[in-house]
Amino acid sequence: MSDKKTALRLAKNKVFKFIVVLFSLGSIIPLLFILLYIFKKGIGVINWKFLVGLPKPPGVTGGGIANAIVGTLMLILVASLFAIPLGVSGGVFLSEYRKSKLAYFTRLSVEILQGIPSIVIGIIAYLWVVKPMGKFSAFSGGIALGMIMLPMVVRSSEEVLKLVPRTLKEASLALGIPYHRTILRVAVPSALPGIVSGVLLGIARIAGETAPLLFTAFGNQFMNWNLFKPVNSLPLLIFNYAMSPYDEWQRAAWGASVILVIIVLLGNIISRMIVNKWKTRF
Amino acid sequence: MENAVLRTERLNAYYGESRVVKSVSISVPENKVTAIMGPSGCGKSTFIRCLNRMHELVSGAKIEGKVLLRDKDIYQMESTLVRRKVGMVFQRPNPFPTMSIYENVLAGYKLNGIRLKRSEADAIVENSLRKAAMWDEVKDYLHRRGTFLSGGQQQRLCIARSLAVKPEVVLLDEPTSALDPKATSKIEDLMEELKESVTIILVTHNVGQASRVSDYTAFLYLGELIEFGPTERVFTVPKSKKTEEYLIGKFG
Repeated sequence: MSDKKTALRLAKNKVFKFIVVLFSLGSIIPLLFILLYIFKKGIGVINWKFLVGLPKPPGVTGGGIANAIVGTLMLILVASLFAIPLGVSGGVFLSEYRKSKLAYFTRLSVEILQGIPSIVIGIIAYLWVVKPMGKFSAFSGGIALGMIMLPMVVRSSEEVLKLVPRTLKEASLALGIPYHRTILRVAVPSALPGIVSGVLLGIARIAGETAPLLFTAFGNQFMNWNLFKPVNSLPLLIFNYAMSPYDEWQRAAWGASVILVIIVLLGNIISRMIVNKWKTRF
Repeated sequence: MENAVLRTERLNAYYGESRVVKSVSISVPENKVTAIMGPSGCGKSTFIRCLNRMHELVSGAKIEGKVLLRDKDIYQMESTLVRRKVGMVFQRPNPFPTMSIYENVLAGYKLNGIRLKRSEADAIVENSLRKAAMWDEVKDYLHRRGTFLSGGQQQRLCIARSLAVKPEVVLLDEPTSALDPKATSKIEDLMEELKESVTIILVTHNVGQASRVSDYTAFLYLGELIEFGPTERVFTVPKSKKTEEYLIGKFG
């Protein structure tokens, strides 16, 4: 009797385990398929020329995507310059004054900002930056992306700064070190690996944003190093090329997708490595 | 009594509405170890945190009365200056995790933006680590992280760090409560040597420790100073019944 019960229980256990494993495999499969498909379609066009060359007109083979890579890097740079200082200071404030009213509203706004559709953020950036300046530019695109990145940096900085033990700050204060230096030179450095990894995740996220760039960075067929002129970016290039009727352009779109996916993957993987290896031991 | 470095006059400390330290007046003699003992929650930590203005960092905390360092009211001084003159070592060792042993010792200078010549810095590090009786143990590992040391070594590193800025008084807030007996006895021996150059105020809930290392003992109970005097006298002929009961372990 009891043997039977045990056997039944073990069998149930096995079935359950099987289902759980099956479903978790199920959540890996979409990613694997995306990677596989993109690489299969795109890897063929990638070569040195593709990376450093400029786009060619339809019908001409051998065009590159250098302008889009440069544009994406410029956009990331502007977004980071905007989002990192603001985001880390916001995180410092939230972790230091956890219970103040202002912290409550800051946290709330950051959460809401995170949920705002990126196309809306693009429109806002258009109204605030593009219209007053009178032109589309890398700068305006960077601001739009910065607004998307900002909440991620704030939240991750807050979380890791909260993990810095109070006793560590006390040790610094007890040495007669003023509060601002204690925060900047003890708390922030101790939390740095976590902050950096949050920033990298933010970059990985914005690297693939298309919608907010449509009416800010706008896109550009040519190489542009000027912050105040329109630039191309990888997602914009993919969007435009994939919609075009030309074979070469469609293939280039696949190639650009591979590059973009690699950037995003690297961002995620490096961020994990930093957290695991470089973590501060308290 | 000898020269008093530090004196409190009717010191009261509050957290919000609750009064945790009640009108404590005490004179701490120079170059001696003064132990503040009492059961947990009697306000001894709060009391010494008033002596270097750490108490006010907690929101809702306030104090009344005076704390005089060489006859100057520390609450009229710059708080960072007070903390450089009255150093502190905490219950749990807390070396800065991002810094090497060398940098930890110099933290009081570096974090304050004070630049030192290489030779000066080296001298301060060696001197402070020698005073903390750990120079020989770590002299070959000065550039390794302080957090890789054992608990007892970490605590001595924290002592060295507080000595490096040349304070007049060092507050030790139950410095051995997180350490094993061997590390504890090392730190107790250390206090004996340290008092040559600095005045020590030691908070402890361990009666034995107070009797072993201190020259003067104050007994705090429920925020009130019950008794204060030379350790030998307090332990042999306590004036108060409460002290006697605490010493023989009736409560606490």
